[in-house]
Amino acid sequence: MKRFVGFAIGVLAVCAIVLADNALLINGAGATFPYPIYSKWFDVYHTQNPNFQFNYQSVGSGAGIKQVTEGTVDFGATDGPMNDDQIKAFQDKHNGTGILHFPTVLGADVPTYNIPGVSSALNFTPEALAGIFLGKVTKWNDPAIASANKGVNLPAADILVVHRSDGSGTTYIWTDYLSKVSEEWKSKVGKGTSVNWPTGIGGKGNEGVTGSVKNTPNTIGYVELIYAVQNNIPYGTVKNSSGNFVKADLAGVTAAASGAAKEMPDDFRVSITNAPGKTAYPISSFTWLLIPQKFQDAGKRDAIKGFLKWMLTDGQNSVEALSYAKLPKEVVEKEKKAINNVQ
Amino acid sequence: MATTTTALKGAGPVTGSRSFFTRLRDGDEIARLITLLFATTVVLITAALVWELWVNSALPRQKFGLHFFVTSVWDPIMDQFGALPFIYGTMVTSAVALLIAVPLGIGAAIFLAELAPPRVSDTLQFFIDLLAAVPSVIYGLLGVFIVVPLMRTVIYPALNRPFGYLPIFKGPSYGVGFMTAGIVLAIMVIPYIISVSREVLLSVPRDQREAALALGSTRWESTWKVVVPFAKTGIMGSIFLALARALGETMAVTMVIGNTPKIAASLFAPGYSIAAVIANEFTEATGDLYLQSLIALGLVLFLLTFILNGLARLLIVFTTQKGSEVGG
Repeated sequence: MKRFVGFAIGVLAVCAIVLADNALLINGAGATFPYPIYSKWFDVYHTQNPNFQFNYQSVGSGAGIKQVTEGTVDFGATDGPMNDDQIKAFQDKHNGTGILHFPTVLGADVPTYNIPGVSSALNFTPEALAGIFLGKVTKWNDPAIASANKGVNLPAADILVVHRSDGSGTTYIWTDYLSKVSEEWKSKVGKGTSVNWPTGIGGKGNEGVTGSVKNTPNTIGYVELIYAVQNNIPYGTVKNSSGNFVKADLAGVTAAASGAAKEMPDDFRVSITNAPGKTAYPISSFTWLLIPQKFQDAGKRDAIKGFLKWMLTDGQNSVEALSYAKLPKEVVEKEKKAINNVQ
Repeated sequence: MATTTTALKGAGPVTGSRSFFTRLRDGDEIARLITLLFATTVVLITAALVWELWVNSALPRQKFGLHFFVTSVWDPIMDQFGALPFIYGTMVTSAVALLIAVPLGIGAAIFLAELAPPRVSDTLQFFIDLLAAVPSVIYGLLGVFIVVPLMRTVIYPALNRPFGYLPIFKGPSYGVGFMTAGIVLAIMVIPYIISVSREVLLSVPRDQREAALALGSTRWESTWKVVVPFAKTGIMGSIFLALARALGETMAVTMVIGNTPKIAASLFAPGYSIAAVIANEFTEATGDLYLQSLIALGLVLFLLTFILNGLARLLIVFTTQKGSEVGG
C-alpha cells in the first residue's frame, strides 16, 4: 500500500511538471504536402513563444476539411480550396460563421518521363500533356510532342501514363491545370484529389510514381517539384500562357502567384494554374490554412492570429530552405489585412 | 475442431453437479465467467464492425443499391461508384496466389514433415517462420524491384509468345498487374501454408504410417495415400488461412497491381483490389458519398471473406466425412 501511495505521488508530480510546462495547445490537421514546413514553423514558433504549442497532424486535405468542419481541431489545412458546398456545410455547423483561407506557401507539379535513348529535357505543350493524359496521344513521336521538340529523336513507342493512386493535392494541381487548358479534360474528367483516369496505371505516392517511371520504359508521370528536386529526378519544361517553355523552379512558381495576385479574390480561393506572366510556371498552386472566422476561446484566437502574422513575415524566410516557393509580396499584404477578419 | 467440442461437452456435467457457490469458491466459475467474457468479446467486436460498416455506408446503398456490385465506374468527381472492378481484382489476384502457393506450399510441407531429416526440417522451418513474420511492405518492395522487372523481361515473353492467343495471356505487359500481384501474394502466403500443413502432417499418429508400411506400401504410398488424406482437414485450414491473408492484403498489392479500376481478361493487365483502393483514397476522400462508398467497399470485402470462410467450413465438413469413411 505504501508503495502504491509513493507511486501515485510520483505520477502526480510528473503530471504537475508536464502541466506546468504545457503551453496553450492548438490543434490542427490536414494536407500532407506542406507538413515539413508547417512542422518546422510550429517548432520555431514554440521556441520563440513558449506559451503556445501548435500540434499538426498531416492526415490529408479531405480529412483536414472534415475535422475542422466538425470542430475536432482548431484549424485545418488543404491543398485544394474548399468548394461552396463544403463552406456551406461549415456555416451550417457553426451558426452561420464562416471559414477563412490563408495561403501559406506554394508548390508545383512537374512532368517526369523515361524514354530510352532520350536524355535531353523535353518540352511539353498544354495540348500534348492533355492529349497524353486523355489517352489520345499514344505514341512518343506523335506530332503533338515532336513539334515542340525538334532535333530530339523520339521513338514510335506506346506511351504509358503513370498517375497517383492515392488521393493527393499533387493530383489536384495536375488535374486543375489540365481542366484549364483542355475543355475535353474539364468535361470528361474534371479536377480533384482523385479522378477517374482515362488511361494509365497508378503509383502510390510521389515515390510510387517515380519508381514506376524509372523502371518502365516509355512512361510519363507527374511528381511534386520538391520531390523531383530533392531526389534529382529529371523533368521537362512546360509551355506557359505567354507561350514560353518554362522549367519549374521556385522563382517561376512565385512568379505565377504574383501574376495571379492582381485578380486575387478576397477569400483567397484561387487557382493559379496557367497563370499569366512571362516567367510564370503554369502548374503551380497555393496551399492553404483553414481558420474559422469566430473562436470561442480568445486565447486560441490570439495565438492563431499571432502565428499567422509571424508566418507571413519571419516564417516566409525559411520556406526556400525546404524547397517551397515563397508567397509574393502582394499576397502577403492582402493576407495581413485579412487576419483582422478572425474574431 | 471436432475433438475440442466433444471435450467441452464432456466437461459440462462435472461442473454442473456442484452448487454455484462451491464452484465460485473453487475458482471454476470465475474461470468460466472470465473466459466466457473473452469469448463473447470476439463476437461483439465482429458484430460492432459489421454494424459500423453498415451504418456508415447508408448513402451509397440508397443511391446505387445492388448496382453498386455490378457497375464498374469509379469516378469521385461525378460521384459515380461501382465495386465490380475491385471485387474482380481481389478475387483474381487471390486465385492466382493460391494456384501458385498451394502446390508449392503443400509439396514443401510434405517434404519437411515426411521426407527430410529432422535437423534439416527444423532449420528450414525456422526460416519459414521468419518469412511469415516479414512485414508486407517489404514484400511490396521485393515486388517492385524484382518481380515487376522479371515480369516484363522474362515471365511475360515466356507466356505471351507461346500462349498469346489465350485471352488470359493477351495484350501488353507493363510489369504491374493481376499476375504480378498474384505472384507477390503467393510468396507471402506460402509460409503460412507450409507452416500449418507441416504441423498437421507431423501430428498424424505413427500407427497410420506403420500400418500402411506393414501392409506393404512404399514410403511415398504411405505418405500420399494415408498420411495426407488423414491431414486433409488441417491442410484445408492452412489454405483458407492463406486465402484470408491474400484477400485482405493491402500494401504489397497496391505497390504492384497498377491501381487501375478496370476489368480485363488478361492477367498482364493492371487492375485494382478492394483493400488497395480503400488504403489509397480514404485519407483524401472529400464528400460524404465518396467516403461512404469506400466504407461500403470495406463491407463488401468483409462479406467476401465471410462467404469464402463459410464455404471453407462446408468443404471441411464435407471432406472430413469422406475422410472418416476412408479411415473406417
